[in-house]
Amino acid sequence: MSRPRQPDENPHGVDLPLDPLPGHSSRGRLERILRRGEFAVTAELNPPDSANAQDVYERAAVFDGWVDGINAVDASGANCHMSSMGICALLTRMGYAPIMQIACRDRNRIAIQGDVLGAAAMGVGNILCLTGDGVQAGDQPGAKPVFDLDCMSLLETVRTMRDEEKFLSGRKLSTPPAVFLGAAINPFAPPYDFRPLRLAKKIAAGAQFVQSQYCFDVPMLGEYMKRVRDMGLTEKCFILVGVGPLASAKTARWIRSNVPGVHIPDSVVARLEGAKNQKEEGKRLCIDIINEVKEIDGVSGIHVMAYRQEEYVAEIVHESGVLKGRRPWTREPGPDDALVAERLDHILETPSEKPTDLVKDAAG
Amino acid sequence: MSKNDKPLARQSGVTQASLVRKARALLAYKPADVSPQRRVQRRYTMRLWSVRHSRFLEWFYARFADVFLTLHPVWNAIGYRRAEKPVKFVERHVKGFMFDCRMCGQCILSSTGMSCPMNCPKQLRNGPCGGVRANGNCEVEPDMPCVWVKAWEGAQKMRNHDAILAVQKPVDQSLRETSAWLRVTATAAAEREKARETA
Repeated sequence: MSRPRQPDENPHGVDLPLDPLPGHSSRGRLERILRRGEFAVTAELNPPDSANAQDVYERAAVFDGWVDGINAVDASGANCHMSSMGICALLTRMGYAPIMQIACRDRNRIAIQGDVLGAAAMGVGNILCLTGDGVQAGDQPGAKPVFDLDCMSLLETVRTMRDEEKFLSGRKLSTPPAVFLGAAINPFAPPYDFRPLRLAKKIAAGAQFVQSQYCFDVPMLGEYMKRVRDMGLTEKCFILVGVGPLASAKTARWIRSNVPGVHIPDSVVARLEGAKNQKEEGKRLCIDIINEVKEIDGVSGIHVMAYRQEEYVAEIVHESGVLKGRRPWTREPGPDDALVAERLDHILETPSEKPTDLVKDAAG
Repeated sequence: MSKNDKPLARQSGVTQASLVRKARALLAYKPADVSPQRRVQRRYTMRLWSVRHSRFLEWFYARFADVFLTLHPVWNAIGYRRAEKPVKFVERHVKGFMFDCRMCGQCILSSTGMSCPMNCPKQLRNGPCGGVRANGNCEVEPDMPCVWVKAWEGAQKMRNHDAILAVQKPVDQSLRETSAWLRVTATAAAEREKARETA
């Protein structure tokens, strides 16, 4: 008895990595989809402020069947939440394909290299290397910023671990971490002419896919992409453009002035302000941007960041039609799961089999 | 746990982050321009001058490094270890004045347009982060021009303007507070010797 096998799933168990393919550096689903040339969709999981695994599963369940990878953020915006390592541990157990983010803000090179090994051993196939926001942006501005590595040297470190099978110090690894390496780009912050060169630098350091910051200014992205194409970078790296719905004009203004690195043009704020239902309009705007972005040459996918509006991700992905009828992996209960559920009451009622109790029963 | 035991934030429905932010204003005196990284100075005049004159400084440093290398026998005679202290003293003050040097001991000013990357609050050595403000200022210190925006400007002026594209190794923290000038000289001298031996 086995449940229907889905594309990109290991027949021996959903939590097991896929068979390695030639030319692939990871054994995960996201890399397969990108290398097949399909338009990929990734989303960001809002990390819970709790020690309850169920919270993570509930938040991941809304993405079921709509995304190819789930970003487990590492204290984004320097706000403390459940760690990306913890979220990845939970998600990989259930067969999801997480993208583990590592920010250089909180850990030094010793901790990070250890985490990379641990993550790869758990079955994390994708790692996104970030510098991380400054601690001043978060809820604990008194914390010590570490920044031992930066995103570039982090990429290079993980690449060295994977390809040369050794730590930064040169010590050998017996099993290298098979991971698909990602990085972040922000085409919307100065110095604008340096940004494409910086992407080239990240690719040289080991980036295989990149996710961009929120895109609200498509012409600006177009210009950036043109330069990136001219440099031939789209052949060396998959570019996923970050998009997301804005809840209202007020949120847009707040994000613009409080979240570092997000560029929101006045026209977007004006459009939201003029709408009757601002939340609906924010979603519409997001879909419009996706429709424009997917036509740009060299864009291999989108990364949906719907902070606190995760339930809209499915709708946005569906209405923009980026999947073209493709259905990404979903978690489906198998027949054995139903069996367990049926027997659940019985399992709970099973008489105690502790030796002491057995003796007591026999005597009494 | 009774309802009154719950943290304040949970009861009133506000987030912990907003409480912290509110409390920050009420804390004891805190100067306006502090940052997690120790701040050397408030004005960026000299730092910006160095970036504007990056081409001249590049030319000057090349000559200066040559002089240091020709002095290699002298350093050897004194002993690099003994020379370290006075040279470090001069280096700290000259570079401190011109670039707000943080004495990381692994100077890469020549590949960063004469803008010291250790002044970046995130100490990035490979380019600007994504948080640069639209006016080109730093995300962490709003009144400081981004070190990497300046580095890019400075690099454009230099003869070797592609050096900024090289991927830099992470900082070796064990070399902090040591003289970069002497290290560069010693390495160059060793290389020269090696080349001579193989030739």
